[in-house]
Formats: sequence, structure tokens, C-alpha cells
Amino acid sequence: MAIEQDEIEKIAALARIRIQPAQIGRVTQRITEILHMVDQLQAVDTSDVEPMANPLDAIQVLRADEVTEVNRREAFQAIAPAVENGLYLVPKVIE
Amino acid sequence: MHDKTVAQLTAGLQTGQFSSAELTRCFLDRIASLDSRYNSFISVADEQAMAAARAADERIAAGDAGPLTGIPIAHKDIFCTDGLRTSCGSRMLDNFVPPYDATLVTRLNRDGVVALGKTNMDEFAMGSSNENSFYGPVRNPWDTSAVPGGSSGGSAAAVAAGLAPAATGTDTGGSIRQPAAFCGITGLKPTYGRVSRLGMVAFASSLDQAGPMARTAEDCALLLNSMAGHDPQDSTSSQVPTEDYCARLADSLQGLRIGLPREYFGAGLDPATAACIDQALKELEALGATLVEVSLPHSHLTIPTYYVIAPAEASTNLSRYDGVRYGYRCEQPTDLLDLYTRTREEGFGEEVKRRILVGTYALSAGYYDAYYKKAQQVRRLIKQDFIDCFGQVDVIAGPTTPGPAFALGSKSDDPVAMYLEDIYTLAVNLAGLPGMSVPAGMVGGKPVGLQLIGQHFGEARLLNVGHRFQQATDWHARRPADPAVEAA
Repeated sequence: MAIEQDEIEKIAALARIRIQPAQIGRVTQRITEILHMVDQLQAVDTSDVEPMANPLDAIQVLRADEVTEVNRREAFQAIAPAVENGLYLVPKVIE
Repeated sequence: MHDKTVAQLTAGLQTGQFSSAELTRCFLDRIASLDSRYNSFISVADEQAMAAARAADERIAAGDAGPLTGIPIAHKDIFCTDGLRTSCGSRMLDNFVPPYDATLVTRLNRDGVVALGKTNMDEFAMGSSNENSFYGPVRNPWDTSAVPGGSSGGSAAAVAAGLAPAATGTDTGGSIRQPAAFCGITGLKPTYGRVSRLGMVAFASSLDQAGPMARTAEDCALLLNSMAGHDPQDSTSSQVPTEDYCARLADSLQGLRIGLPREYFGAGLDPATAACIDQALKELEALGATLVEVSLPHSHLTIPTYYVIAPAEASTNLSRYDGVRYGYRCEQPTDLLDLYTRTREEGFGEEVKRRILVGTYALSAGYYDAYYKKAQQVRRLIKQDFIDCFGQVDVIAGPTTPGPAFALGSKSDDPVAMYLEDIYTLAVNLAGLPGMSVPAGMVGGKPVGLQLIGQHFGEARLLNVGHRFQQATDWHARRPADPAVEAA
């Protein structure tokens, strides 16, 4: 399946990754090569095959809904790029 | 001291031939004087290591020591270490100092292991050559113009060069076994879920698994005894009971049935590497094993299947790097979208961005069924091939890689050619099986690895086969030229 440059731009926007305009052609070419390799899958008949998400077909284990973690807010805030008054700072989002 | 196995070092520590402080100093000095040649470490933890060594010496003196107490090891820089920078080979985490330890680190610390530092790796474990590191490539101690393999290239090179007696690694598509093969050491990827993933930076969560890298199968067994086991904080960690992985090392191989998948010996395998593997198989036959030809008919689909599933899971896992809570943040963001997109553009390297884009595409509306669901269906067919084989044989064997370590730069501009390097290792991750690489020959001065694949939770059997092979051969005892000896 070939992929067009405008599709790469759309995917990059979804993935929240900026791509420089000068690089978009090269990125498109590399991803086209990978998708071409991946296209071998389309020839396989999988009509009766159940998709496998976990190699051991394990089911999701649940635990009791109880608070078990101690509050380590300060340790986690200490490694953030920008905090103030216990809050994470981001550029202004509300005018 | 630097060329001894973990088992030999344990004996030396417990009989008082040397202290952990002396041993740790020896390795720290070797790292300081030699690692500029290999670039195998990203961070060295001098002070913490010496403090841990002194604590281990006290435990040994008090008679409270286990087999790993006082043994120095290196951790792949993918495992969170409390208070010690954990970069995952990425600019994104260049400034990240975790406030907690990975479960694997906690377990090894509990048993008295001394952490020397954190080893270099392909960024977010994505690569087969260790050339995708923000901290520069690692060089293979056997030939510094060649790659060490990846993604656990720093761990493999450090052990091969005698900068650590053992190391931790992770394997999502071959990242323990392939560098172990390229560097002439022994590496084990356990069954999916055998070792906790808590605190191991996530790449592809249904494939990722941590394991030991060392000189011998026996050393890998000693490390696995500490690392393995259920972790209530990792919901994918297995509740299947562990065993003493050293207990059956010396068992006879008489009657062992070894399957040789014909797909692993065909075109694409370097003839000199094939000759080494054939010789190793003859050795196993002489030890009492029976060789049986088997088939894994979906082998040609493992690379396309992996390169949908792994990028899809990576695109989800790596969405957490947003420049808000930890890690890299771009300068002067103009708005929230600019903060996200520029942080991720600048913080991730080329291969990581490529895989995020492929994964985002495979999961996006209109393509999910054609790519992601299809790959999950073929994944089941690949696993079923192995289940069918294990009806006839106990262990599967073949080459770990198509050839010996390739030259730095020779594949770095062609992602698909690089992906083909993992042709023999990817299926093991897709099927969740344990796999091991043991040194089995030399081609042009570079090591060759024999891959052994076991049944789910069959680690003890693999280690047994590896150990018996190493009792009968000396490939694991070969060392690359040591620059410290040349200088002396």
C-alpha cells in the first residue's frame, strides 16, 4: 500500500510529532518501504483466526480497588520541567 | 578478576580471596580506562557502587550472603534506578532521574548485587546495531569497526570487554540474543511475563521481556534466580511458579530431541556461520541429543508481523512523552500543541519517530483491520507453528543471526535491511517463548551465536542445554584482545 505525503502529514499531526518540510519527502519514502514490506501479510488467509494480543493468551488480572500507593507528589513534581504551587505548568490554553 | 565468571567470583568472595570493594574497584577502574574505546556505558555510578560493595562485604562477613552478594553487574539504561539517571538512550530522557527502582533492580539489590552503572542502547530499545543511541554508537570489542548488535549493545560489549562480569538486558525482537551472539557472550530472553516489566521503560508491551547477559549459561541461571518471579505490580507478570534455574544445569542431554527448523538454514544464512552452527549441533548430538528436522512454515511472515505490532504498541507507549511531567521539553513553546509537537520532534531520534508514525498509521481509522488486526491474526499462526513443533521436539536450535557482526554504518541508512537482521529472533517474541544465544564459533575473528528456543517457561531446560554445551566447548571462554594487557 503506497502512502502519500499528505497522509504522512496527517499521521504526524495525530502522533504530535512535527516534521520539517524539507524532511517530509524522505520520511514518506522510508515509511513507504516499510509498508511495502509489511504488505506481505495481505496474502495470508486469516478468515478463521482469532487475533492474538497476548502471547500467553492471558486475561487481564484485576486487583481490589483499594488505595495502596503512598502519595509521592513532591518526588514526581521534582522531575517535571515546570511546576508551580504543586501544579504542572503548560503554555496558556484558555484566553 | 575481570575475566572470571560470576560463579567463580562468588567463590572468590565467599572464601575471602578478595572483597566486593576490591572487585568493584577493579571493574570501575577498567571502565574508566577502557570504555572510551567501546562507549558501552552511558552512566557510571562510582560512589553508589562502592557503597553497595561495602554493604555487601558486611553481609558476607556476617554470613548473610547469597550467590550474588557483592557481584558487580551493569544495568541496561532502560531499567529505572532510583536516583540514577535512566536515559533509555534518548534525548527525551537525558535528564530523567527516576524516583523509584524497577522491580528487577529491587530484586537484584535485595540479593546484594552491586550496580556499576547503566549501559548504552538503541534509543527506546529500537534497533539492531546500537547506532540509534543519543549517546553515540557502541563498538564491538572483537572488532571496533563492527557493531555490537542491539538494542542491548552496551550490556553485551561491557561483558565481552571485561568491564562487567554480567549485565541486564531486554529483548523485544532479539535485543538480548543478537548482541550476545555478536559479542560472544551468553544471553537469555525468558518467557514473556517471567520477569517483571515494572520500571522497565516500555517499548512494545506484549513483546518486551528482561533477561540476563553473562559469559556462561550457569551465570545466566544465577541471575535469573534473582530476577524471575511474579510481581503484583505488573499485571502481565506470570503467576507460574519459578524454579531453581541452577538445579538442572548438569542434567544429561541423553534423549533430548532438538528440532532444526528448515526455514532457519536456508538462503540468507552466511555459509561460514552455517558451518559453525552445524559443528555445534554435532557437539550436542555427541552429548546424546537427537536432531530432528522440523518446519516453522510462517517464518517468512515474522518480520512484517513484528513491524506492525511493535510500532503499534510503541506509538501508544511513547505517547506519554509530552514535555509536561518529566523528560525533555522544547524551549519557549508558543502554545500547547507547539509544546507537544516540538518536544517530540526534538526529543526523539529518527528511528523512534519512524516507528511511532508507522504504528500510528497501523492503528488509525480505516487501516486498523488491514494492518493491526491482520498482524495479530498472523501472530497466532506463528505461535501455532511452534506449538506444533514442540509436539515432536523438546528444544529448537538454529543460528541467532544470519551472519557475524556487520560494519558500523553499513546498514544504518536502510531501515528494512536492518530489520532483516532479526529474521531468526523475532518469532520467539511474537510467540512469547524463551530463547537463548550461546557462543558457538568464530567467523573472521568475530563470534557466532547458536540460538536455543524452549517451550513456554522452559528456561531451565535451555540453561541445561547451554551449560552442557559449554562444558564440552570453549567458545564462551574466548576473549577479545584486552587493551589493558597490551598497554602493560
